[in-house]
Amino acid sequence: MGKKPKQVVVLPCSGIGKVYGAVARETAYELVEKMRPGLATLTCLPLLVINDPEAVALVTENPVITIDGCPKDCAKKSVEAVGGRVAKAYEAIRFYKQHKDLKPEGIAEVNETGRKLAQVAAAEIAQEVDKLAAGEGE
Amino acid sequence: MDIQVVKVGIVSCSGEEIPEGTLCRLACRQALDERPGETVTICLPLFIAGGEEERTFAQNYPTITVDGCDKMCAAKATEMLSGKPSKSLSIPEILKKHGLKPPTKLRHFGAEEDAAVKVVAEEIARAVDEVLEEA
Ligand code: SF4
Ligand code: SF4
Repeated sequence: MGKKPKQVVVLPCSGIGKVYGAVARETAYELVEKMRPGLATLTCLPLLVINDPEAVALVTENPVITIDGCPKDCAKKSVEAVGGRVAKAYEAIRFYKQHKDLKPEGIAEVNETGRKLAQVAAAEIAQEVDKLAAGEGE
Repeated sequence: MDIQVVKVGIVSCSGEEIPEGTLCRLACRQALDERPGETVTICLPLFIAGGEEERTFAQNYPTITVDGCDKMCAAKATEMLSGKPSKSLSIPEILKKHGLKPPTKLRHFGAEEDAAVKVVAEEIARAVDEVLEEA
């Protein structure tokens, strides 16, 4: 029987100019602070860019879920660049495509509708967090 | 005679893990929104995940980096992967200079945090002016 991971890393991209970058960040906070505190964790993505040993260890020793704000897929590529394996990669726009009534706005922080979309996204991703924490899907 | 319009690059650390990182990102965004003709930005991980054009960002624009903590990810990543920044700002230093308390929330800032965002955005704008004067 495989050893169960203690934590699942949920990594949003660093999007600074795009609404779905802000949705990605809000979704990750929703998971880490509200839906799966203690189980879902995150780190600063730029720490991977500078090869910080602790951040690299976190994403190479635990299952990782990435949430990207555009097709450039920075979070996914940054994890892969340091030798981590991404268990599940999301693009934030996917959640809007599934919930067209929740159109997010705002590029620094999302508006109320964007927060609702992030809650919906986090609820879906939480299922994946649970599977990965239980050692499934790796 | 050609008049070259110089734009200043602002590279923010995204600092997802700590409140100062959120403050950093919001202040950079505010500074960018207030100076649209003179500033330009890039998502920091594009130095790795992007193409040639993105990697040469700091060679194409005099660049100010802004970081949320002493790990100085934006300053280091810019220097390592793109080009030496013209200025490197640090949120803890700016807060200390203005006698402001560090924020305690990761998101959904209130009036107190928004006031700190404004102060930091003004410091960034001052740095933009200095870089433009030197350019
Ligand atoms: S995935 Fe897109 S929005 Fe996110 S950091 Fe990269 S370029 Fe920016
Ligand atoms: S400088 Fe600090 S707050 Fe900013 S991304 Fe790096 S570790 Fe995070």
